[in-house]
Formats: sequence, structure tokens, C-alpha cells
Amino acid sequence: MESKTESEKILTEEVKSPGKIARTFMTLYDVFQFMGRFFKEGFLPPYEGKELMKQCYDIGYRSLALISLTGFITGIVFTKQSRPSLAEFGATSWLPSLVGIALLRTLAPLLTSLIAAGKVGSSIGAELGSMRVTEQIDAMEVSATNPFKFLVTTRVLAATITIPILTFYTAMVGMLGALLNVSLSEGTSAKAFFQSSLESITFLDITASTVKAIIFGFTIGMVGCYQGYNSSKGTEGVGKAANSAVVIGMFLIFIEEVVSVQFFGLFRT
Amino acid sequence: MEQKKPLNEQEKVIEIKGLYKSFGNYHVLRGVDLDLYKRENLVVLGKSGTGKSVLIKIIVGLLTPDQGEVKVLNQVVDEITYKELLALRLKVGFSFQNSALYDSMTVKENLIFPLIRNQKNLTKAEINSAVEEMLDAVGLLQTINQMPSELSGGQRKRIGIARTLILRPEIMLYDEPTAGLDPITCLEINSLINEVQERFHTSSIIITHDLTCAKAVGNRVAMLLDGKFERQGSFEDVFNTSDERVKPFYDYNFIQ
Repeated sequence: MESKTESEKILTEEVKSPGKIARTFMTLYDVFQFMGRFFKEGFLPPYEGKELMKQCYDIGYRSLALISLTGFITGIVFTKQSRPSLAEFGATSWLPSLVGIALLRTLAPLLTSLIAAGKVGSSIGAELGSMRVTEQIDAMEVSATNPFKFLVTTRVLAATITIPILTFYTAMVGMLGALLNVSLSEGTSAKAFFQSSLESITFLDITASTVKAIIFGFTIGMVGCYQGYNSSKGTEGVGKAANSAVVIGMFLIFIEEVVSVQFFGLFRT
Repeated sequence: MEQKKPLNEQEKVIEIKGLYKSFGNYHVLRGVDLDLYKRENLVVLGKSGTGKSVLIKIIVGLLTPDQGEVKVLNQVVDEITYKELLALRLKVGFSFQNSALYDSMTVKENLIFPLIRNQKNLTKAEINSAVEEMLDAVGLLQTINQMPSELSGGQRKRIGIARTLILRPEIMLYDEPTAGLDPITCLEINSLINEVQERFHTSSIIITHDLTCAKAVGNRVAMLLDGKFERQGSFEDVFNTSDERVKPFYDYNFIQ
């Protein structure tokens, strides 16, 4: 048996008041323990396939409309803003390549993840937080269901699987926005546009984008679940869990973006 | 409502010895000794914050004791593996104070959830029949397709009890079953607790502040005072005293 149960950690949390530095280290320790438990529970049977599919559908469906709109507008705006600079050097023919590379390497993974951190991360944080404070998680536990496996592993895995799919969808929608702009202003055909933009995309671009999206998805799921699963102090705690899921999620995504740009840059030279 | 009599049963289903539990510097349980006998309804009384709910959460392993031993159906709760604990929990039903119904599921789905996860060989017809039987037992078959948000407080408590009973536990733990309910609904819940004892042959611990409930459902009463059970026995044994820590409890419920 574990030395301390989840309910206990939360109850104890309310009466202990360590210093700021000690609290930071305790939180970090808790986070690593939470991640460790995810890998342990995620790979051991029984598997929650049905719940995983439901979560994948929920995450994809919840973000689809906003991601479509944002991706499309980004494609239009990026093309419109880039054209004058390229025109100065007589390089407007490079516009499709520029759009393709920019979308796939950075804009699509980053935009998708930031939107998902807002929509999905907050929703996971609030849902699990409210389940924690209304004792629904304890109710699962006492009815011999492992709530960590059912609630956490499924949501983290679903975010990790769905965000890369949404990332490529965003890139595609962004390209359509760019095509619309290019077609209207220069009369470029769809075939020529896609040929030019896809030619410049390398296997490394696709790999880097996929790996980044997987990491971003994992981060969104993990942060949302950690904040919600460990929330306390009633409705105030639920609000804090949802808010922290978004703020910490976005912050980590930016840091991961910087690190991954440096890392994949090593392979480009 | 008629007062219940103590049973002469000798077989213990829960044995608690020297149990201590603190949260930081707040010492909640300070040497609790308590036994629950087979097919008995034991009422646990005590002021708010004295650790009554903590006690039953320790029994199901939601909390771990600092010191002492809790034996449930001959298994020491904090010495068994997580897998064994899950198996033990199937035999111990827990009815939460706020019902803890899964609010994203209908009443039917709430009852199906623990059943299909723990009895994988059941057919669809068997599952439906079990759900209907339990809802009928708590008198709420008509709510089968409703969402928890559409139910009253009393209905939610009943559904919570039905969800627990669907796994046919040997022991039931009720956390404040009548808290926040009107007197008539309280009487209905009291009857339901007695019906559960009769029909499903359960042994139960009922946490409550409500002495009417204690009198109606308890074969035995135990009062938690200063972190220990200093008074245990029949309702009269516990309240026939001049102890100033006990008298206000009785006076508030039956005189005011």
C-alpha cells in the first residue's frame, strides 16, 4: 500500500505551512511522483480503451472549431504580412515555401497547443477539481476502481495523441487560408501553391513538429490532470485548478518550444 | 419510530485497536478502540471535527492511520497490497455525506459504473436487472434516466446508497446519511438503512449527529469524545449520564 493516500495528501496540505522554497521542492517532488505514476499505470493492464477513445473525441471535438478559425486566419494574416517584405527583394515566389515552413515548424504546433491549453487544459483541471472536492474521486476509489488510471492516464494519453493530429490539421487549414490570400492577390493556382510549399518541407520538419506536438500534448494533459486531481479548498480550489492548468500549461509550452527549436536546430546545420 | 435493541452477535467484522490520527498538529483520533459485529448497526456520534468521517475513511483505506490497527473482515487494512485493498473495498460499501454521484452520468450509468468494472462477465440483461432491482429497493426506479442535478437531496442520498449496494457489500459505512434533509426524508432514510440491514444482511457503521436517527437505526451507539470512544452501548447506556460533554447532545436533540 502507498504510504500516503491522495485524500490524505490533500487533507494534510491544508494544515501544513512550510516555507516557500520547501513548498516548491515538495511540489516538484509531487509532480515527478505524479508523472512516474502515470507511466506505471499507463502501461499496466487493465487498459481503459473505451474511456481513452471518449477523451480523444472530446478533446478533438472541443478544440476543432476554434483551431479551424485560428489556423485559417493565421494563414491569411501571415501571408499578407510577409508579402511586402518579400516583394522588396523580388522574392514573392518564395511566399508559399515560407508559409509552409513557418506553419509546420512553429505556428501550427504552438497555436494548437496554446488553444488546447486554454480549452482542454482548463476543462480537465476544472472537471477533475470538481470531482475531487465533491468526493467523486473518493467514490471511485471505494468502489474498487482505480481513479488515477480511469481519469488521469486516459486524459493525458488522449491529449498526447490528439494534439499532434490537431497540429497537422491546423497546418492544413492555415495553408488553405494562405492559399486564399495568394490566389486572390496574385492569382496563383492551388496546384502551384501546394507544390511550391510542400517542396520546401523536409522530413526533419515533419518529425520535429510531431515530436513537439506530442510533448505539448503530454504537458497540457499532465498539468491539467495534476492541478485538478490535487485540488482542494472547495469551489475556490476548482477555480484555481482550472486557472493554474492554463497558466502553467502555456508557460511550459513556451519553454519547451525554445528548447526544441535549439535541439532540432542542431540537426539542420 | 421504535428503538432498536443490541444484537447478541459475537463475530467481529471490523476490529479497531489503539488508532491514532493527526493532521499536522491537530490530533483527531487519540487511541480509538472499536468493534463492529456481524449484522449490527453501530451508530457513531460526536461533535463536528472530532474525526468521525476520518475514522470510516481509515476503514476503507482512503486515509492511513498514524498508529494502531484496523482489521476489516480479518485483513489489516494498512498491511495489504493495493490489489488486495481494491478486493476488500468490494465488500465494504461507503455512502458519502454529499452522495458523491458522478454528475456527468445518469442515475442508471452511476449504478452501472461500479458493476461493470468489477463484474466483467455480466450480460446486458443481468446488468439492467441489477440496476432496476437496486433502484426499486431504494424506491426510485422512476429516476433511472435522470441526471443527478435533477434529483432532490434525499433522492441523491438514496441513489448513493443504491450505487453502493449494487456490489452487494457485507459492510456499509454511512457518512451523515440524514445531514441537511427535512424530518420526513430523514425518517425515510432511517427506514431505508434498517431495510438494507434486513434485506442485504449488512453490518453497518452510521456516522450521524441526529439522535432520532441514532435511536431508530442503531443496535449500539458509540460516542467519540476527545478522540476516543469513551461511551459505548445501548442508546440508554450512552445517554443515561451526567457527563457534561454528552448531555448537551441529548438536550439539543430532544429538549430544544
